[in-house]
Amino acid sequence: MPTLEIRNLTLYRGEKCILDDFSLTIPTGEMHALMGKNGMGKSSLAKAIAGHPDYAMTKGEIIFDGEDIGQLPPELRAQRGIFLAFQHPIEIPGVSLSNFIRSAMNAQNKKMETVAFYKLLYENMDHLGLNREFSSRAMNMGFSGGEKKRCEVLQILMLRPSFVLLDEIDSGLDIDALKVISESLNALRSESFSGLLITHYPRLFDNITPQKVHILESGKITHSGGLEIVRHLETMGYTFTDHNESSGKEMAKSGGV
Amino acid sequence: MNFSDDHHFHVATTYPFDAGIGLNRDTVAYISQVKNEEPWLRAFRFQALERFWEMPMPPRLKSHGIDDLDFHSIRYYLANHQGPQRTWDEVPTEVRMTFDRLGIPELERKFLAGVEAQFDSEAAYNRIQDAIAKEGVIFVDSAVGLKKHPEIFKPYFASVVPIGDNKFSALNSAVFSGGSFIYVPKGIKVQQPLQAYFRINAQNFGQFERTLIIVDEGAEVTYMEGCTAPRFGTATLHSAVVELIALKGAKIQYITVQNWSNNVYNLVTKRGVAHENAEIRWIDCNIGSRLTVKYPTILLQGEKARGEVLSIALASDGQIQDTGAKMIHLASNTSSNIIAKSISKGNGWASYRGMIHIHPQLENCKNNTQCDALLINHHSRSDTHPQIIIHGNRHWVQHEASVAKIDEERLYYLQQRGIPPGQAMSLCVNGFVNELIQEFPLEYSVELRRLIDLEIHARQ
Repeated sequence: MPTLEIRNLTLYRGEKCILDDFSLTIPTGEMHALMGKNGMGKSSLAKAIAGHPDYAMTKGEIIFDGEDIGQLPPELRAQRGIFLAFQHPIEIPGVSLSNFIRSAMNAQNKKMETVAFYKLLYENMDHLGLNREFSSRAMNMGFSGGEKKRCEVLQILMLRPSFVLLDEIDSGLDIDALKVISESLNALRSESFSGLLITHYPRLFDNITPQKVHILESGKITHSGGLEIVRHLETMGYTFTDHNESSGKEMAKSGGV
Repeated sequence: MNFSDDHHFHVATTYPFDAGIGLNRDTVAYISQVKNEEPWLRAFRFQALERFWEMPMPPRLKSHGIDDLDFHSIRYYLANHQGPQRTWDEVPTEVRMTFDRLGIPELERKFLAGVEAQFDSEAAYNRIQDAIAKEGVIFVDSAVGLKKHPEIFKPYFASVVPIGDNKFSALNSAVFSGGSFIYVPKGIKVQQPLQAYFRINAQNFGQFERTLIIVDEGAEVTYMEGCTAPRFGTATLHSAVVELIALKGAKIQYITVQNWSNNVYNLVTKRGVAHENAEIRWIDCNIGSRLTVKYPTILLQGEKARGEVLSIALASDGQIQDTGAKMIHLASNTSSNIIAKSISKGNGWASYRGMIHIHPQLENCKNNTQCDALLINHHSRSDTHPQIIIHGNRHWVQHEASVAKIDEERLYYLQQRGIPPGQAMSLCVNGFVNELIQEFPLEYSVELRRLIDLEIHARQ
């Protein structure tokens, strides 16, 4: 049984159609990547899977672990194991990082004793190169771009979701930070951990290697395949289908959209 | 301390001392006679009553619905006895049960230097730790203060808030009873807080306590007051006058936590004078009430005096919180700081009204004002009315105001981590007031967080 199966999804934000008859399957234990130009709806898809109220599904289904979650509120989707690492993590004044993570763990029935919680929190912070002082600072307030991204990964390490949506997890990171974050995420990869990487830049794949890459264009996946797709992208850009239609179609077939 | 919803109980009791319903010269004469007062005080009360009738109702209060309050249907004085008890065992059972349920005796054992518990018009219990009394600290109710310590009481009484300061200070001056009188002698630093608890139990009733705190040179004290009342269908009035005097180098911290029920009109005048190098700090938390009007004020009268007001107001459905702060700079090198945070929920309406006045011929005065409002629903309302009057240009004044709605993206972020919407809202609201709540003593801050949580969750 696949972890995530999106069937014939049509998605609107207000009057605007974002995705039209969109389908995507991510088998359990696999990490897939979604690429595409800006404004193609990559982030929208991630938010919609995680239940953002601004997006309306007018058609289709989102099946997660065999259950149709398309109408569930965001907190129930999170409680079932879906985690969205935000492209732009949100600042929450007055709520400390540790309080935020504890509240989330408690809400997800992953309550820990105080001492054990801080031990684990500090271990993970050390590992990610986040100063322990950040634990008492207000969530994301005044954090640099890189610190915010580390903090998203810290939450993954603490909450242990079974499915992660990583929206531009590499943006704003220097090479060392990217390495640390990738190592942490790779260490989680297993039979029971899957996810979707959203990125512009294939350089991320040197660190987190997806089993499959999908290209999103005009609300649909136009190509799916292995890393070889990326090489085409690098030489021809996202418009390679226009120039080399036959190879694109072949890839789409071999990718089994 | 227990401020949450379970304080809405009411006990049946009889009142041997009752001034009846309505307000006239007889009401005032009755109160003065029962309390066996001296002629000057009786005259003071009558004069105040005249002023009360003469003074017009401020238009702002009219627009806040004050006309629903009928001065002729209220009872102005209800007491079980004259003079507070010194042990809880001597307090009448039903009154003692009330304070037990509110957790007062427990707090007293835990961390307080002294307690006064007022039930309707008079203090039922008053006790100060022996060790602190031996140092000369006085903590009694206003009647005892007047009788036993007139040499200190009389010169300062009504010196900070004169009768005619406003319509409700005049009313209080006419019918006041209860409240605290505190004197801290030179150089004495009272380490633990003194606590007063004002409980309204009766229906159609007005509570008019009068508090006077004098802290002598170099001395320090923290005073905390808590106020609650049961919920009735008819209007209840609470109209206190509080006067603080911080002499040279003294420090006074005055902490209020009020959780009035929806039928209470809370119109309070609070003012302090800070002499040279003295410091006054009002920490004010207003939750509940039908209408609260209160602007703690500090007169910075001596050089290098410092004043601070930290306030939190929460206006839920059907409630108006018209609160703020006034800083009157009367000497050079004085500084003041105001942080006011308000939360409006449902059709609740929170206003900040502030005044900074720096008088002529002064130098190097500083004020910083920050007022932040948080709106929870589309119908919630928040206004800011700052008034800044500065003479001279060698001063430094800063006013910052912000109004924010609880951001949908913020709630979504919390929900995406598995936190349900109600709890996500509570976290955001608690986060909003967090820096101020940390200023309250721990025993209060825990209860405050719980209280705000309850208010936010209620009728969500």
